[in-house]
Amino acid sequence: MINFRLEQREYVSPWLVFLAPIGAIIFSLMIASILIVLADVSPLESYIKLFVGAFGSKNAIAETLARATPLILTGLAAAIAFRAKFWNIGAEGQLYAGALAVTFFGTGLIELPSFLMIPFLFLVGALAGGLLLLPLVLLRNYYKVDEVVTTLLTNFIIVLLVGYLLEGPWKDPMSLGWPQGASVIDEGVLPQIIPRTRLHLGFIISIFIALTIWLVLSRTILGFKIKAVGINPSASHHAGIPVIRTIIIVALLSGGMAGMAGVTETAGLKGYLTLDLSPGFGYAGIAVAMLAGLNPIGIIFSGIFLASIYVGADAMSRAMDVPTYLADVIVALTVLSVLISIIILQFRIVFGGQKRDI
Amino acid sequence: MLIMGAPKKMSALLEIKDISKRFGNLVANDKISFTQMQGEVLAILGENGAGKTTLMNILFGHYTPDAGQIVFQGSKLPAGKPGSAIEAGIGMVHQHFTLAENLTVLENIIIGQQSLLNFSLPQKYAREKLRELSDKFGLPIEPDALVANLSVSEKQRLEILKTLYRDCTLLILDEPTAALTPQETDSLFATIKHMVKNGLSVILISHKLNEILAVSDRIVVLRHGKLVGEVITSEANRTEIAEMIVGGTVDYPKKETSSPGKEVMRLKNISCNPINESTKGLNEVDISLFEGQIHGIAGVTGNGQTSLAKMMAGHLKPEKGEIFFDQKRIEVFSPKKFMERGVAYIPEDRNIDGLVADMSVWENAVITEISNEKLKTTLGFLNNSNCNDAAQILCETYDVRTQTLQQPARLLSGGNVQKLLLGRWLIRQPKVLIACQPTRGLDEGAIASIQKMILDVRQKGNAVLLITEDLDELLKLSDTVSVIYNGKLSNSFPAEGLDRSRVGLMMAGEGFND
Repeated sequence: MINFRLEQREYVSPWLVFLAPIGAIIFSLMIASILIVLADVSPLESYIKLFVGAFGSKNAIAETLARATPLILTGLAAAIAFRAKFWNIGAEGQLYAGALAVTFFGTGLIELPSFLMIPFLFLVGALAGGLLLLPLVLLRNYYKVDEVVTTLLTNFIIVLLVGYLLEGPWKDPMSLGWPQGASVIDEGVLPQIIPRTRLHLGFIISIFIALTIWLVLSRTILGFKIKAVGINPSASHHAGIPVIRTIIIVALLSGGMAGMAGVTETAGLKGYLTLDLSPGFGYAGIAVAMLAGLNPIGIIFSGIFLASIYVGADAMSRAMDVPTYLADVIVALTVLSVLISIIILQFRIVFGGQKRDI
Repeated sequence: MLIMGAPKKMSALLEIKDISKRFGNLVANDKISFTQMQGEVLAILGENGAGKTTLMNILFGHYTPDAGQIVFQGSKLPAGKPGSAIEAGIGMVHQHFTLAENLTVLENIIIGQQSLLNFSLPQKYAREKLRELSDKFGLPIEPDALVANLSVSEKQRLEILKTLYRDCTLLILDEPTAALTPQETDSLFATIKHMVKNGLSVILISHKLNEILAVSDRIVVLRHGKLVGEVITSEANRTEIAEMIVGGTVDYPKKETSSPGKEVMRLKNISCNPINESTKGLNEVDISLFEGQIHGIAGVTGNGQTSLAKMMAGHLKPEKGEIFFDQKRIEVFSPKKFMERGVAYIPEDRNIDGLVADMSVWENAVITEISNEKLKTTLGFLNNSNCNDAAQILCETYDVRTQTLQQPARLLSGGNVQKLLLGRWLIRQPKVLIACQPTRGLDEGAIASIQKMILDVRQKGNAVLLITEDLDELLKLSDTVSVIYNGKLSNSFPAEGLDRSRVGLMMAGEGFND
């Protein structure tokens, strides 16, 4: 019998931390290929089709990056909150809150020139997402109400509210009966950055925001406080850091990120609010953040990775007759393997050593 | 089975043979070998981190040793199998008790002995056996008392009886005097001697040299995982053992004269409710701190010390009473306001309330100063070079030994952690220092450094409130002392010439009218 034990490492090298997600991705593609084999097609060919579907043409790349846009923003929402150990899993609701704000202000109520209208829509979207989270964070801070429960349940309330508004008072009379909101005015629409594709300015904005958040978290006093509060709130409190205020700021930032994902989808991709605006971007954002180890720069890449899997899986499914659900399986496997790899990284394997006497 | 009759001094009971255990690069036990004789009180001495706990965990099968073996009563104990040591007749009483507070003494004795499928408890048999054991070993206890109502020393007695009930022949006591008053300690030692006379063998784990010299037959000393000395207690020389423990001589700071200045802070008739179940609140506490003076609080842990410290640091609001700074009554109670008035607070649990272990050393060094303009640039960015300088100065001034300022703070030793935590407050030149258990669990060298830092605060003409469970330290450092019992504070006495046994009696509640 092979004799080995796990031993805790004192120090984990940054290289290992960087390589772990890549290893995890390869590992999960291997596991997923078992399912592809069960569907009687070649895994290698399927993965090639998946890759080509995601990156094989200008249009494919544009589609992948457009899909990555909301994922980067909801990934940031999760990362900021999770760093402070504030478990916001309500990004889906906050995304729709941002979309509602865009529909309320951006469909004619306020008219500004484009260079003001677009920042204005991002601002109100972020505010809507943040404010939705505010009562929940206050409940958590002052009455110890578990934020996992409140943020999750708020998602359903907001999604049902959207459904009510789109079927009722906010239904666009020009929509031929479809439940959708009025169109965002031309000044508010995010321009295309590659002509004749769906890739819009929102992608650039999301990358810019990710870089800004990275700067804030790693280089500023606020980032320092968020880190300290996340690791040890009690010691932070004793050291004079305002813990509750810091968590409120974290919640506003987190909700704001998710709200802006609602803005990019409403004012960028679709042009109007629909019931299927988000196929679960809020939840997928948690996977994006986890995959990137909560690092804002990493989130740009993990967001694009997840988007490429979803977009590529469509192409793979058409070409190989494999269900698109495989995309969800790959994403889930990848996140699981990354989380497990993070735990494994803490240990080294020691072979040999003393045998146990039985 | 219990060994009856006269102790057989000569035969070996427990043999530890070449035990080694490594955690990563840390060698926790390095070829440790010694023998415990039948009917002997063997003391294992050593500082925190010397390897005592690791050795016990190996003995009880919680860890598998990398090498070596353990022989008990002539047969080898299987390595890495919890339960086999207990079955063989080794019992351990931990520093922190493992009792079910809401059950009676008798129920606590029985639980864990019965199969889950067994619906009736053998109350009658257990009661009889408990009575026999308490008679034989001189451990009186009321079988039907609720454990929650027992005193600390009674709970300890119950823990010992629990192991005896399981027919243990070797009893291991881990830091048994940590929560006892001096009187209770003496009575525990009398009990140990009585138990040994009746055939039990005892291993005593402690870092208190005086107590070990008083009660043990033989002493083994561990340092950095190695066995560095083995002496017969009657032939032992106190200084020699102390040097064996620390591996050299230690310069303890001398207290210089310092006359009291004006009153800096005063609590007047302060009352508050307890923050949790393990501590008491405060009951009409009156206390004054003066410039250039250290005021020590004596008391058994859990009598309201934590509430007192938190109250004086602004972490608690009084329900009744007033607090004055420089004779001025204050209205706002918040840690920040108290910090601004010059209060520095060293909480007792340095790893939970002090250190942000997964942040770097420099981040931990500047965290209390993070709102300081010097550490900021415009737009709220951290000024990295100023942060680094500040951390560098702190580590140099207070001799915090770290490889780099960038390494995670959790890699620092306990002594360096405490020097960092105390240092980052001292650098603010506090007017009032509230130090809770500042030297608990530290090695002697670090204890000397911390004590010097505290005395320096006094020398600079500032006030100190010192809460410590180490009575020797308390009497050595303090100018005045008061005793806390059940949330009440005694009058304050000059520390010089204070009678230890009188303090001990007050710690047990004498002179406090309920």
